[in-house]
Amino acid sequence: MEFFFEVLIGGLLAGVMYALVAIGFVLIYKASGVFNFAQGAMVLFSVLTFVSLLERGVPFWLAFLISLAAMLLIAVAVERVVLRPLVNRSPITLFMATLGLSYVIEGFAQALWGAQVHGLDLGISDEPLELGGMLLSQFDIFAALTAASLVALLSWLFNKTRLGLALRAVADDPLAALAVGIRLQRVWVVVWTVAGFVGLVAGLLWGARLGVQFSLSLVVLKALPVLIIGGFTSISGAIVGGLIIGASEKLAEVYLGPIIGSGIENWFPYGLALLFLLVRPAGLFGERAIERV
Amino acid sequence: MFYREAGQFNTRYAEGRRVFTLRQDRHGLAALLAVAFVVVPWVGNDYWLSAILIPFLVLSLAGLGLNLLTGYAGQLSLGSAAFMAVGAFATYNLEVRVSGLPLLISIALGGLAAALVSALFGLPSLRIKGFYLLVSTLAAQFFVGWALTRFGWFSNDSASGVISAPRLDIFGVNLDAPAGRYLLTLTVVVALFWLGKNLVRSELGRQWMAVRDMDTAAAVIGIPLAKTKLLAFALSGFYLGVAGALWAFAYLGTVEPHGFDLNRSFQILFIIIIGGLGSLLGNFLGAAFIVLFPILLSNLVSLLPSGLIDAGQVENLQKMFFGALIILFLIKEPEGLARLWQRFRERARLWPLRY
Amino acid sequence: MTRTAATQLLELDNISLSFKGVKAITDISFRVAAGEICALIGPNGAGKSSLLNIISGVYQPQEGRIRFDNRERRRMRAHDVAVRGVARTFQNIALFKGMSVLDNVLTGRNLKRRSTWIEQALRLGRAAREDDSQREAAERVIAFLHLQPWRDALVGTLPYGLQKRVELARALAAEPRLLLLDEPMAGMNADEKQQMSRFIVDINRELGTTVLLIEHDIGVVMSISDHVVVLDYGRKIGDGSPEAVRQDPEVISAYLGTRH
Repeated sequence: MEFFFEVLIGGLLAGVMYALVAIGFVLIYKASGVFNFAQGAMVLFSVLTFVSLLERGVPFWLAFLISLAAMLLIAVAVERVVLRPLVNRSPITLFMATLGLSYVIEGFAQALWGAQVHGLDLGISDEPLELGGMLLSQFDIFAALTAASLVALLSWLFNKTRLGLALRAVADDPLAALAVGIRLQRVWVVVWTVAGFVGLVAGLLWGARLGVQFSLSLVVLKALPVLIIGGFTSISGAIVGGLIIGASEKLAEVYLGPIIGSGIENWFPYGLALLFLLVRPAGLFGERAIERV
Repeated sequence: MFYREAGQFNTRYAEGRRVFTLRQDRHGLAALLAVAFVVVPWVGNDYWLSAILIPFLVLSLAGLGLNLLTGYAGQLSLGSAAFMAVGAFATYNLEVRVSGLPLLISIALGGLAAALVSALFGLPSLRIKGFYLLVSTLAAQFFVGWALTRFGWFSNDSASGVISAPRLDIFGVNLDAPAGRYLLTLTVVVALFWLGKNLVRSELGRQWMAVRDMDTAAAVIGIPLAKTKLLAFALSGFYLGVAGALWAFAYLGTVEPHGFDLNRSFQILFIIIIGGLGSLLGNFLGAAFIVLFPILLSNLVSLLPSGLIDAGQVENLQKMFFGALIILFLIKEPEGLARLWQRFRERARLWPLRY
Repeated sequence: MTRTAATQLLELDNISLSFKGVKAITDISFRVAAGEICALIGPNGAGKSSLLNIISGVYQPQEGRIRFDNRERRRMRAHDVAVRGVARTFQNIALFKGMSVLDNVLTGRNLKRRSTWIEQALRLGRAAREDDSQREAAERVIAFLHLQPWRDALVGTLPYGLQKRVELARALAAEPRLLLLDEPMAGMNADEKQQMSRFIVDINRELGTTVLLIEHDIGVVMSISDHVVVLDYGRKIGDGSPEAVRQDPEVISAYLGTRH
C-alpha cells in the first residue's frame, strides 16, 4: 500500500510541474486567445540562454533576468509580427501559425546555442527523503513547493490586485476593457512577462531534471492534455488537470505498464483527455461555447 | 494572348463539370501525363527518380489524404503520419505473411486498414469540434507509434523494429529499379487523384464542405453529420495508408515507426497549408515545395564562401525558413500556392493587358 | 387560389421550452393549414426563433406535441425533420461561405440523391445522370429567384440581400412541403422587401409550398399572410386572420401600438 502512495505522490509532484507549464499556456490563451504551440520553444530558448550565460560565469540572478528579458523581447516580436496580422482568424489558423513559430524559434535557438545537452545544476541534491516509510525525491518536493508558491502568488495577483482585475477584464472582453480605459498593450506586456516568468521557472526545474535539451520544447505536448481536462481559460483547472495527468500517468506506467507494455506515458494522457472531452467537451472548468443559430 | 479561349462553349452540363474546361488545358494535361509515363522513366537519372520524383508523388498523395479531411471536411488532424504507418506496416505484414497476394492488393488492403484505424480515431469528432479535435488525432499519433514498436509482431519480430521492404513484383514484372518504382508510384498516384477529384466534386464532397463551413446548418438541411465525418476520416485514412505503403516500399525501401512520427504529421500539414487547403493542385505544389526547398537551400549555401555556414547550421536555417514561410502563407495567402498559381494564370490570360 | 377545407399540415400542442430554468416558450398551440402563408409575429425575445428551432428539430421542447402531416413526432433531430419535407432559412445567414451559389443550392438537394458516394467516386452509370438531373433542378430554383448572374460566385463575397436570396434558394431546392423563414426580410430596404415578398408569394402560389415566416414588418405581414400568430414573452396572445389580429386589443397593446 505504501508503494501505491509513493507512486501516487511521485505522480502528483510531477503533476504540479505539468500544472506550472500549463499555467503559462493558460495565461497566454487568456491574453491573446491562442494556444501558443511555440511556448515550449520559447521556454527552451530562454532556458538555453540562462544556461549558456551561467556557463560563461554570469551570476545566477543576472542570468535569470536576462533570460526573462529575452523571452519578453521574443514575445513582443511575436505579437507584432505573427499575432496582430492574424487577429480575426480561426483558432486553427492561429494554432498553425504558432506551429510555424515554434519551428522558427527552435531553429534559432539551436543555431545560436548548439544542439548539445547542457547540464543544469540548481544546487538541490536529488537524494531521496524518507517520509512516513516512503521514499520521495528531494528535488521533486522542492519543485512542487516552488510551483505551489508560484501558484499562490499568481492567485493573489489575479484576485487581490487591481492589475489582476484588469487582466481578468481583458481576458473576458478586450473591447469592453478598452472602453473602460484599460491599456491593452500594458496588460498584455504584463501577462506575457508573468507567463515568461512562470515558463522560465518551469523550464529551469524541468531542465535540472532532464538536462537542457530539445525534448524540453516537447513539454508543450504534455500541456495540451492538461489544458483539455482543466479547460484553456482556468488556472485552477490547469492545476487540477496537471495533478490528474501527473498522477494517472505514473500510476498507469507502474500498474498497467507491466501488463500492456512500457512507454505508455506517451499516449496515456491523450487517451485520458479524449475520454474527458467525450464527457465534458469544455473541460472541467472551461467555458461552454454556445452557438446561436 | 497565345491562349485562345474564345469560341469554346459548354453545351452540356457534363462539359461544365470537367476540371479543365478549356481544350488547351486538357491537351496540356494529356501531354504532361504522356511525358510523365513515357519519357521520364527513360530519360530520368536514378537520383532524380529516387530522391525527388518518388517522394514528391508520395507526399502529394499524403497531402491529398490530409486535405480531404482537413481542407474539405474541416476536421483538423495531426495524426497523418500514424495512418501512413498503419498502411505501411499492414502492407508489409500482408506481403510477408500471406503468400501469393498481389502487391497492389496488399497496398489496397493496407490502405483499408489505415482507413479503419482512422475512422476509429475519428469517432470523437461526432462530439468534439474544432481545435479540441486535435487531441484525438494526437492520441492516434502517439498510440500507433507506441503500438508498432511495442508489439514485435508488427515488424515480424525483427530485433530493431526496422524491416526492409520485400521485392516489388507486379504481374511478374520486377519493379525494384528506380524507373519501376517510379512508374508504380505514378500509376497509383494518378489513379487515386482521379478518384479524389471525383470525390471532392461529388455530393459527398459538397457535404464535407458544408460540414466544414457550418455543421449545424448542414444537419438542418439533411446532411448526415456522423456518416459524413466518418467517411472523411476513413477515406483520408485510406489515402494516407496507401501513401505510407508507397513511402516505405517505393521510396525508402525500409519500414520503421520513427519515420512516421509527429514531425512527419507536421510535414504533411505544412504541405497542405503551403499548397492550399481544399485544392487538388495544391497538394502537388506543396509537396514539390517541401521536397525541393531543402535541396535549393543547401545548393544556395554551397554557393556562399565555404565555412561561412557549416553543415549543421543549414538544418537550423531550414527550420527557421520553413516556420517563417508557414507564418507568411497564413498571413498573406491563406489559400496557398494554389491560389497564387490561379492568380498568376488570370494575369497571364490578360497579358499584356493589366486587367 | 381557392382554399379547400384546409388540412392541417402542422399542429403544435402545448409546446413549452426552457433553457436552464428560464422559460422561453410557455404552452403554445396553433395550427398551420396546408398551402397557407402563416406569419409569426411579436416583440423581440418573444420566442419566435426558438419556436422555429423546435419545429425544425434544432431544439427539443420539454413539453408538448408536434404533428406534421398527420404524423406525431415528439423528439426529432434536425436531420429527420429535413427528411420529412421541412426546409428553413436562418436569422443570421447560415450559408456555406466557402462554396459557390450553385453548390449551396445543390446541397439543399442532398436528400434527393440516390447514388452512393462510391458510385459517384467511380463515375458509375447513374451518378452522372443524377448529376445532370440535380443540376437541372437547381437551375430551376436559381431561375425562379433570378440568381443566374451569380451562379458561380462565392457566397461569402455576395451582398447581404443576395445571400438571403441564396439561402431561400437552398431551402427551395429541397422541394419542401413546409418552408420556415426566419426574418427573411431583415436588413432590407423597401425595394428588396417588395421583391422578397413577391418571391414568397410566388413560392406559395405557384409551387404550393406552405410557408411559416417570422417577420417584423407589419405591412408585409398583413399583405401576404393568410394567418397570423402573435407571441409575447413566450406565450401566444393572438391567432387568426390578419384583420382579426390587427384589431385585437391585447395584440395592439403588446406589439402593434396605437395611433396617438
